[in-house]
Amino acid sequence: MDFLTLLQVLDTSVRLATPLLLACLAGLYSERSGVVDIGLEGKMLAAAFFAAAFAFYSGNAWVGLLAGVGASIVLSIIHGLASVTFRGNQLISGVAINFLAAGMTVLAAQSWFRQGGRTPPLEGAARFNPIELPFAIGPNDAAAAERPLSQLIAEAGPFQQFYSELISGHSILVYLALLTVPATWWLLFRTRFGLRLRAVGENPAAVDTAGISVVWLRYGAILICGILCGVAGAYLSSALQAGFVKDMTAGRGFIALAALIFAKWRPVYALWACLLFGLFQALELRPDIIENLTGMKVQVQLLGALPYILTVVILAGFVGKAIPPRASGEPYIKER
Amino acid sequence: MTAPAIELKGISKAFGPVQANKDISISVQPGTIHGIIGENGAGKSTLMSILYGFYKADAGEIFIKGKKTLIPDSQAAIAAGIGMVFQHFKLVENFTVLENIILGAEDGAMLSTSLSNARRELKHLAEEYGLNVDPDAVIENLSVGHQQRVEILKALYRKAEILILDEPTGVLTPAEADQLFRILDRLRAEGKTIILITHKLREIMEYTNTVSVMRRGQMTATVKTEETSPEHLAELMVGRKVLLRVDKAPAEPGATVLDIKGLRVVDDKGVERVKGIDLAVRAGEIVGIAGVAGNGQSELLEVLGGFAEGTGTILMNGSEIPLSGHGADGQTRRAVGISHVPEDRQREGLIMEFSAWENTVFGYHHAPEIQNGLLMDNKGIFAEAEAKMERFDVRPPDPKLAAKNFSGGNQQKIVLAREIERNPDLLLIGQPTRGVDIGAIEFIHQQIVNLRDQGKAILLVSVELDEIMSLSDRIVVMFDGHITGERDPGQTNEKELGLLMAGITDTSTVAGNGNTTPPEQEVHANG
Repeated sequence: MDFLTLLQVLDTSVRLATPLLLACLAGLYSERSGVVDIGLEGKMLAAAFFAAAFAFYSGNAWVGLLAGVGASIVLSIIHGLASVTFRGNQLISGVAINFLAAGMTVLAAQSWFRQGGRTPPLEGAARFNPIELPFAIGPNDAAAAERPLSQLIAEAGPFQQFYSELISGHSILVYLALLTVPATWWLLFRTRFGLRLRAVGENPAAVDTAGISVVWLRYGAILICGILCGVAGAYLSSALQAGFVKDMTAGRGFIALAALIFAKWRPVYALWACLLFGLFQALELRPDIIENLTGMKVQVQLLGALPYILTVVILAGFVGKAIPPRASGEPYIKER
Repeated sequence: MTAPAIELKGISKAFGPVQANKDISISVQPGTIHGIIGENGAGKSTLMSILYGFYKADAGEIFIKGKKTLIPDSQAAIAAGIGMVFQHFKLVENFTVLENIILGAEDGAMLSTSLSNARRELKHLAEEYGLNVDPDAVIENLSVGHQQRVEILKALYRKAEILILDEPTGVLTPAEADQLFRILDRLRAEGKTIILITHKLREIMEYTNTVSVMRRGQMTATVKTEETSPEHLAELMVGRKVLLRVDKAPAEPGATVLDIKGLRVVDDKGVERVKGIDLAVRAGEIVGIAGVAGNGQSELLEVLGGFAEGTGTILMNGSEIPLSGHGADGQTRRAVGISHVPEDRQREGLIMEFSAWENTVFGYHHAPEIQNGLLMDNKGIFAEAEAKMERFDVRPPDPKLAAKNFSGGNQQKIVLAREIERNPDLLLIGQPTRGVDIGAIEFIHQQIVNLRDQGKAILLVSVELDEIMSLSDRIVVMFDGHITGERDPGQTNEKELGLLMAGITDTSTVAGNGNTTPPEQEVHANG
């Protein structure tokens, strides 16, 4: 495998890892506050649909993004009501949200667009298009030189290849997702809010007796979770792809949860975990690479199953001991 | 006279039909230690929760330093200068000491300044009150005594003038408890006001200036400590005269019933908890195992009771019992005459959701006399349960009531009735009076002594040193899975046992003849 092919695979990995990363960080906020959220999948799906629908109507991807985030927040608040305010079972609430989103999006898509449960394809400003960073070789250079972009890049030096192929040319949401990682680390470990958030997921009684509201802290975390899921969903339908199709999240919410366990609920590890899962998904699209590397023909289906197999392996606890926040999954009931 | 540091006037609080606090008034002078005692459910915790803003009182007023103060939440309590050290610490276990201390009392949105300020302040407090704790230590690596110091530091960091401690010595070794009271003394000398909730009459008598007694939601008396006696306080708590000492004749030990040789137990985390123990219990004697919780006593009981596996040899009436594999279970143990009152009665002794009459046959439900063909003789079991509850004075005497609806003492009586009335050769009993009222303690102790007098062997495990000293005919001390010593209760004292409990076997400096612990202080009152 040559350097350029490697770069291409990594480039695809980054694109595919982005929704995972956003969802994984969303789950991180929620679980660090003590609320287990298996509804990441549903929130992303709802966001993907509303983002696509509003981007289509308005012709503006940002309007779509806002709508997607809004839809995701609404589902988050439902989860908050069920699991924080009414102290219900967080798993059941999450499952309900997944079902709700799966049914509602297709129903709404069919009744609005009548295209078999999908939105019309998004074009131009209705999508988040790739950003060309300064000094990178991009489509404009190709147009100016009247030659294909791939040729231009192939002729460039290794650093320029690395910069143009891997670093440049992603949508703004990819860069945003990557920036969320240090931002999350900073927020969790360097600010008052982070200290309280981590504390409420470990021992809500300590937070309560310190005179801080457990309920508001958890709602705060759930809200952040909703926003990040919303961005993830919008990215799926208006950046990674051009429009919404039925069940387009394809289990990414669950893979993100597995990545969260893999990452031991830490933001920087979450980045690496999601990139790894992204790499698997990228390899699925390039079976020729695996064939060249191993000398065997590998079933595409097997490659497609890899992320899911890895998820099962991780959840079965084969990758070291991951200790979740101690109070996660438990509603806080004030005791005498 | 200065204004009282804290004054409650006519506090009432009801939970549904239950009147937890009824017209309670107290007044505590600054710079004093005020004790509050009362049985379980007497309303002490409710009262303190009201003071700390957890509950809102239905009626009544709170005055801090003579000024009427509303305490709607914990934030307000902290602002009013009230600090609380709960029985179960409210610490984040994987945070450092410093992080726990600033939580909720940060100086700003950024942590770094808060942490450095707290570090400085902590050094200050450590010097002032002798409260030394490593600020960067992670809580879960600290001893219980140090964790408690962190709780006290948390309160002082928030400028608490009034410190409430709820059952602070329940989890401490005698030495740690001594240290705690030295710290409290120093706080009192600095003018802080301390409210001490405890069920240990000895602590009240030794350390408090004034004491209030609560019974059934009411404050029955507030007296100066020097003008009262343990007997008087116990009477005020229970509402009748209570026999505080265990009345028992000298033991007349017979043949060896239980003989343990080289017992080792490894727990499910792979940690060896019992490290080669030899111990014999004879008929007609009570052997008490003293030790701080977590030194292998629980595992010893579990292996004997048949719900954990071990290696070594255990002879019961001369024949070996299996310690692992087939036959190492409770059913087989009961068949050879071992009854077990487990330490955690709510998890291992009872099924909380089931009714009392069902609970009186668990473990013995295969007994032929309660079968009726293919079915169980439920009518017979029910009638027998009624009789048992009568004999063991279980209140309320209603067999249909679920186990969870009985108080701790009455739950324990149900377990005892079940296990004792099976007429075992050996009774294993763990923490017999944990969370049990003082009135019920008297009864439970009497039952244990009666069983001994019938010539049964009894192995008692308790973290309450007073209980061990007053019930046992022989005291065995465990530390870190080993037996560190065996003493005659008449020939030892609390200091010596305390050293053994800490693993120090050279006790020549404190070895006593029991005189240092006068009989009336051997009483204990779990409340």
